[in-house]
Amino acid sequence: MSECTETVTEIEEYDIESEIAENDNIFYKIKNMIRTNKVAAISGLLIIFIIIVAIFAPVFAPHDPYAIDLLSRLKGPSAEHLLGTDELGRDVLSRIIYGSRVSLFVGLVPTLLSMIIGTVLGLISGYFGGKIDFVIMRLADVVLAFPSLLLAMVIMYTLGASTFNLFIALTIINWAGTARVVRSQAMSLKEKEFIEAAKSIGVKDSVIMFKHLLPNCLPSLIVLFTTNIPGAILSEANLSFLGVGAQPPEASWGLMVNNGKKFLFTNPIVALAPGIAILIIVLTFNFLGDGLRDAIDPYMKE
Amino acid sequence: MSKDVLVKVNNLVKNFSVTNSQGSKKSVVQAVSDVSFEIYRGETLSLVGESGCGKSTLGRLLINLIRPTSGSVVFDGTDLVGLKSNAMRELRKKIQIIFQDPYASLNPRMNVCQIISEPLKTHKIYKTKKENENRVKELMEKVGIRREFINRYPHQFSGGQRQRIGIARALALNPELIVCDEPVSALDVSIQSQILNLIHDLQEEFNLTYLFISHDLSVVRYISDRVCVMFLGKICEIGNTEDIYERPLHPYTKFLIEAVPKPDPKLRKEDKKILTGEIPSPVNPPSGCRFRTRCPYAKDICSESEPEMKNYKGRFAACHFVLES
Repeated sequence: MSECTETVTEIEEYDIESEIAENDNIFYKIKNMIRTNKVAAISGLLIIFIIIVAIFAPVFAPHDPYAIDLLSRLKGPSAEHLLGTDELGRDVLSRIIYGSRVSLFVGLVPTLLSMIIGTVLGLISGYFGGKIDFVIMRLADVVLAFPSLLLAMVIMYTLGASTFNLFIALTIINWAGTARVVRSQAMSLKEKEFIEAAKSIGVKDSVIMFKHLLPNCLPSLIVLFTTNIPGAILSEANLSFLGVGAQPPEASWGLMVNNGKKFLFTNPIVALAPGIAILIIVLTFNFLGDGLRDAIDPYMKE
Repeated sequence: MSKDVLVKVNNLVKNFSVTNSQGSKKSVVQAVSDVSFEIYRGETLSLVGESGCGKSTLGRLLINLIRPTSGSVVFDGTDLVGLKSNAMRELRKKIQIIFQDPYASLNPRMNVCQIISEPLKTHKIYKTKKENENRVKELMEKVGIRREFINRYPHQFSGGQRQRIGIARALALNPELIVCDEPVSALDVSIQSQILNLIHDLQEEFNLTYLFISHDLSVVRYISDRVCVMFLGKICEIGNTEDIYERPLHPYTKFLIEAVPKPDPKLRKEDKKILTGEIPSPVNPPSGCRFRTRCPYAKDICSESEPEMKNYKGRFAACHFVLES
């Protein structure tokens, strides 16, 4: 027998297989996406640029975003104020740069929180099934049944407007979507034989969920993460515009659009500039998310 | 014949309830109905039968992956049915399983070391990482995979090698019983024989007991000491391999064995009898003997009473008209 096993290991060649293996690697896929999908690659670069600008806002901003200068109110674009000034004489460009912090923060933190909650609940729901599944999924249905913005507004009104409460509201409206995706993946994965193998070894359910199911859900979670961020950013902008999100004098893009709308006909740049900023950040995240989905999750490709 | 009984299965029944497409009507499928047999220590008992006869369900019942509707599985004196989860976890060390599909049975996101050491870590066999890794390497060599491949992932291996990894994982805890659920049916013929030899050699080395589930009768003849033939959730016949192949008692066994393709054209019979008809629905099995709808020997009594398992010189068969040898 030992002869037999030796020959096996010698005969088998790996060249072709390791190439296939490389195709399966997530980093290889992303590299491939950057090469073939220019829109996604540029979006990725833009996002990195926006993140750098947000982190080093004081360096990039030409003026103090909170400095009120009533003598130079609602000025048009000039060399000193590239995007003009708002109704209190604050520099619009500086406020947009500082506002990117709010948008990115609100885009990332509640998305991350909602995805952690959604993933855990989705795993439990999909893996155990039965009554637990029923309860969690009906809860998700309740959340999904309401228009998400309306639900967020109700939560913000009851809790009061603050950044922390904004996080809570956005987490509550977003977890259900993730939970559904993870649940469906967990349900198909748990039928696989390697899960049965783990059970037959005696591996505990919690270990099976986090060591076997979760790593196999990860590619979809990465995609879901990038596609959920623009939604959260938009929700923040919407809520701030409606006055239940970020509170003045904080520099938030939604709030700036709200302030600028009064001067839409006299000095449109005050409202348009933050609006375009929202447009750019949402689009770049969407393009990146689409690109990632096509690259990582070939099954979801249309 | 006073052999040491390792597993005793008594009147095991497993029903699955099935809802139809509208989700309104519930019907019960008897995947395994009233099955009793014994597995002796150190032997290979093969379970054969056509697709959907309940072989794999029986295998999974044996290792308690699914709970039976009724009946008992006694492993080495302990009844697995209704065992507390902690006690069951302890007993899992002694019962392992090798799966059919080597592509689905290994987690694609774990490397070889993680896969093989999972049982060791789960049962906290070794204290240090080093000991763990040494044991993994030892197991890899036992099953014929170079120890340098310890950090590779399953997709970097061929089907045969993956099956070897699966076998290494099953061996890790020094089990007594291994349920082999069609371990070679997904492999190339040349690889099949290598894996079969490996399984056979490991049995001698570690004094293993196998329940070998298969539908490939030539594989079964090669590897098993005794054969158990199943039809539609019931056992038709149990006996020593040679007896079963040379002098089948149950008509179904006879048809199964005649259906095996013969390599020599001269040995092929022109008028080979081939079993006709479909396997009856397990939702609504025929009355009396379950095989009667397809059996050429069936008489009135077959539809009226279910044949009991009877002893014929150390062999067991369930048929009213046992074939004369």
